Amino acid sequence: MKIYRIHALICAGGQCISAGGDSFESALKKELQAADLAEEIQIVETGCMGSCEMGPMMVIYPEGVVYVRLKPEDAEIITKEHFLKGRPVEHLMWRKEEGAFPRLEEVPFFAHQTKLVLRNCGLINPENIEEYIARDGYQGLAKAIADKDPKLVIDEIKKSGLRGRGGAGFPTGRKWETAYLQTSDIKYVVCNADEGDPGAYMDRSVLEGDPHSVIEGMAIAAYAIGAQKGYVYVRAEYPLAIKRLTHAIKQAKQSGVLGQQILGSDFSFDLEIRVGAGAFVCGEETALLNSIEGNRGEPKKKPPFPAEKGLFGKPTVINNVETFANIPVIMTKGADFFQTIGVPNNTGTKVFSLAGKVNTTGLIEVPLGISLRKIIFDIGGGIPHNKQFKGALTGGPSGGVIPATHIDTPIDYESLNSLGSMMGSGGLIVMDEDSCMVDIAKFFLKFTVDESCGKCTPCREGTKQMLNILEKITSGQGEEGDIERLEELGNTIKQTSLCNLGQSAPNPVLSTIRWFRNEYESHIRDKKCLCNVCTLSSPVKEVKKHARKKISH
Amino acid sequence: MQEKKSLIEKLHDIQDNHPDQHFLPEKEIMALSENDRIAPSKVYGVATFYTMFSTKPRGKHIIRICENQTCHMAEAEQLIEHLQDLLGIGIGETTKDGLFTLELSSCLGMCSVAPSMMIDEQPYGNLTTEKVNKIIHQLQGGGL
Repeated sequence: MKIYRIHALICAGGQCISAGGDSFESALKKELQAADLAEEIQIVETGCMGSCEMGPMMVIYPEGVVYVRLKPEDAEIITKEHFLKGRPVEHLMWRKEEGAFPRLEEVPFFAHQTKLVLRNCGLINPENIEEYIARDGYQGLAKAIADKDPKLVIDEIKKSGLRGRGGAGFPTGRKWETAYLQTSDIKYVVCNADEGDPGAYMDRSVLEGDPHSVIEGMAIAAYAIGAQKGYVYVRAEYPLAIKRLTHAIKQAKQSGVLGQQILGSDFSFDLEIRVGAGAFVCGEETALLNSIEGNRGEPKKKPPFPAEKGLFGKPTVINNVETFANIPVIMTKGADFFQTIGVPNNTGTKVFSLAGKVNTTGLIEVPLGISLRKIIFDIGGGIPHNKQFKGALTGGPSGGVIPATHIDTPIDYESLNSLGSMMGSGGLIVMDEDSCMVDIAKFFLKFTVDESCGKCTPCREGTKQMLNILEKITSGQGEEGDIERLEELGNTIKQTSLCNLGQSAPNPVLSTIRWFRNEYESHIRDKKCLCNVCTLSSPVKEVKKHARKKISH
Repeated sequence: MQEKKSLIEKLHDIQDNHPDQHFLPEKEIMALSENDRIAPSKVYGVATFYTMFSTKPRGKHIIRICENQTCHMAEAEQLIEHLQDLLGIGIGETTKDGLFTLELSSCLGMCSVAPSMMIDEQPYGNLTTEKVNKIIHQLQGGGL
């Protein structure tokens, strides 16, 4: 094996690339050639390192120096000073407030995290299966096949307490057990990678940064329930994730950890990718299965649940990306280890994409039960420009807001539900004193109106009526009784819609009314937006020049 | 165990075969319906359900600009206005030279570098009007 003096880990996650990471990397390669260092310094393209806002990022080992916001012209000075003379370039490093230049593990953003799902993201080259294997990859699968009866695998997952990370928090082991108990010659395992919640990009980062962890998790699930075939349904908006996953599946087949007779056993499991075509509702599991079958992505009534009667009418386990990425850890390190992280009934970690009005945004992984305060202030570094924290949105268009008064609430499934929000898939949007809550509720509702598939009336028509009322309120024409009308309509939609998308669509409105009723009232009574976001004197309807493209119903 | 392609995959294939116009021509939809013995109404039903399929010709480059929550908070609306002015087209329209189609996109998952957009398969983040001008200018130079 070739030994290098220095390893330069360059983040090749989607966001660093979009911030110009590609051009920095080619500039660096050119500089290394010119300085005759290409044989001494290895460039490794990794997945997302997490602090996306600081991108493009590079970490230099052995020192662990972190360079941030790199531009192509920085390649020259890093090569000349750091690589040739051993003097790290201070002005490009991650700077602590007091002026010191920390190594990766000393940066507060990273120091307060616990990485299980993201264990390899940012550390290994996602396009090289050997690097995954070197970090205990595929050991969990080998262990399952070699010493465990499928029933024991399910027991281990049940014991770990892992709950679905797609948002609802259904116990994963119980879902698997249901599918295991079905008598059927054909069963399926499906990975939901149709991550559509605005403000969420955890699954994209895992697929881009560590695709093998998802493949391994799916293979273990297939072994446990007796499935022969699996699908990963990825949204078309994620071309890089599709590319890396395709490559990883090919490598896994070549290495004998996927395909026929895995690891020499009589267990075979084949995996295919299905690319979506742009429809948010396909993140709902029954709609997703419809879409894999090639149909319109409209949801179906439950029960029967997919574990009983799913893809092509066969028993199907469907979990999301993050859930599957947890499985290899549980198999390798055991359910007992997994239970030590988090709090009882909410074990393990949760990945969040931290966005909005917070100093350091990006991808983070924290133990469940952590407080919102810790996430926003210790990890995220607080609110920019010393403004007041007002609330945080979780669960995207299906969730709600956690107001500043509840900043010490532990982040777990039950506590968030009791506040009228939900865990959701992991989008965490922070808002400061300048964010108008009515505007935000309207914005999310507009999203659901656009994305409603149109199959059931409460969601198709009801959300539209709610939006009309909100348009009225935000343009200064709200009347007494509008808030009550929103509440009544919202509760009806929640109770009568067919699928989760509709049942949760009113949440952002109901939750903002619950915590920020005064803002609604000032729009209606005083014709005033307390945050100066809404233009209350304008005629109803937005200032957009052209209507957006509508999904035809 | 190779199962046959689903209708959505076949539609993706047809659309990918028109890299300059990114659309599903009526003739090919009808041929698909005939070959696979699927009613044209069903093929159209699927094709028009998903936003990424188009039954009308589009431009060579498809600009998908994100208009979701985080981008909205980062004032993406101004950029959307700017792009419309710059290209002289509205949302869902194609420039006269057939080079660009402008579409709004659901969340691209690049919220930390908001506002963001994707042109074909290339993501762009931390956008400003100057940056947008530069990107469009480059593509105009390369494509004409």
